[in-house]
Amino acid sequence: MRARSLIPLGIFAALVALLWAGLYLNPREVPSPLIDKPAPEFVLPQLQDPTRQVGSKDLLGKVTLLNVWASWCAACRDEHPLLVALAKTGRVNIYGLNYKDTRQDALRWLNDLGNPYLVSAFDEQGNVGIDYGVYGVPETYVIDRAGIIRYKVIGPLTEENLRTTVLPLVRKLEG
Amino acid sequence: MKAVISLVLMLYATAGWAATSAPHDAALETRYRLLISELRCLVCQNESISDSHADLAKDLRNQVRVMMEDGKTDREITDYLVARYGDFVLFRPRFKGTTAALWLGPFILVGLGALVLIYSVVRRRRRAGDVPLTGGEQQRLRSLLQDVQGEGKG
Repeated sequence: MRARSLIPLGIFAALVALLWAGLYLNPREVPSPLIDKPAPEFVLPQLQDPTRQVGSKDLLGKVTLLNVWASWCAACRDEHPLLVALAKTGRVNIYGLNYKDTRQDALRWLNDLGNPYLVSAFDEQGNVGIDYGVYGVPETYVIDRAGIIRYKVIGPLTEENLRTTVLPLVRKLEG
Repeated sequence: MKAVISLVLMLYATAGWAATSAPHDAALETRYRLLISELRCLVCQNESISDSHADLAKDLRNQVRVMMEDGKTDREITDYLVARYGDFVLFRPRFKGTTAALWLGPFILVGLGALVLIYSVVRRRRRAGDVPLTGGEQQRLRSLLQDVQGEGKG
């Protein structure tokens, strides 16, 4: 009889736990259906040299970060020093996807803040962005040697998510 | 469907000389309006790409229109978007493994609630009928009955 009277309390506790956990979820982080799928193919002009191209084929063979950025994106400014520092360590190849930007603004940005990218692709119309399911710049894709997307950071890279998630994953993929 | 669309597009093409910025044909326009109101904008989340002013919503509206004018079916267009943005992009996600809890959850909860209700009502009713009186209650009943009988005689 006593145990039975605890049932409503148990249900209430479960509900509280559920809602409590919900407080710490970020509804803006929508899991990407592209995880563990091949990175969508693209060929785009390079940001710094419109006569040359860069494409998904260039990402093959090494573990790569593909960072989607734009000069109009405030959060990109926050993560940029981290990318520059990471590029200096040479631990991972970083490619940029310059998303819906103007060439002039993007080049000025790289000039002022430093260029961590091996190459940035220039996606003026955002079509490649749509193929990659980009919806909140900045976004960073971790792509393995075979060109499979293994992870996606939505929003800015931080010291914490680099240290706890991205870099360990890169190391593991390099194996 | 394809034939209809291509016919419509052909008619549209011939009308082009009359008015270069002629409106899109009505059937396609209706389909387009309906579909974009079913697609969620990932930037504003509770708005459809039809209502949202976000840049991405504009791009996706454009993408939907281009695909429709190419003769793609609604299914092909939603498949295209789900492949890129996930089930979340649909206000009414398709029924499959990962969305089963979403679709069935409410019915399961209502079902469980009904079971608990039926169980407790049945139990209560049965208890009311079956539970025998305790010794003390029996005695009290007897004395009450005697009192009543006594009063009747008196």
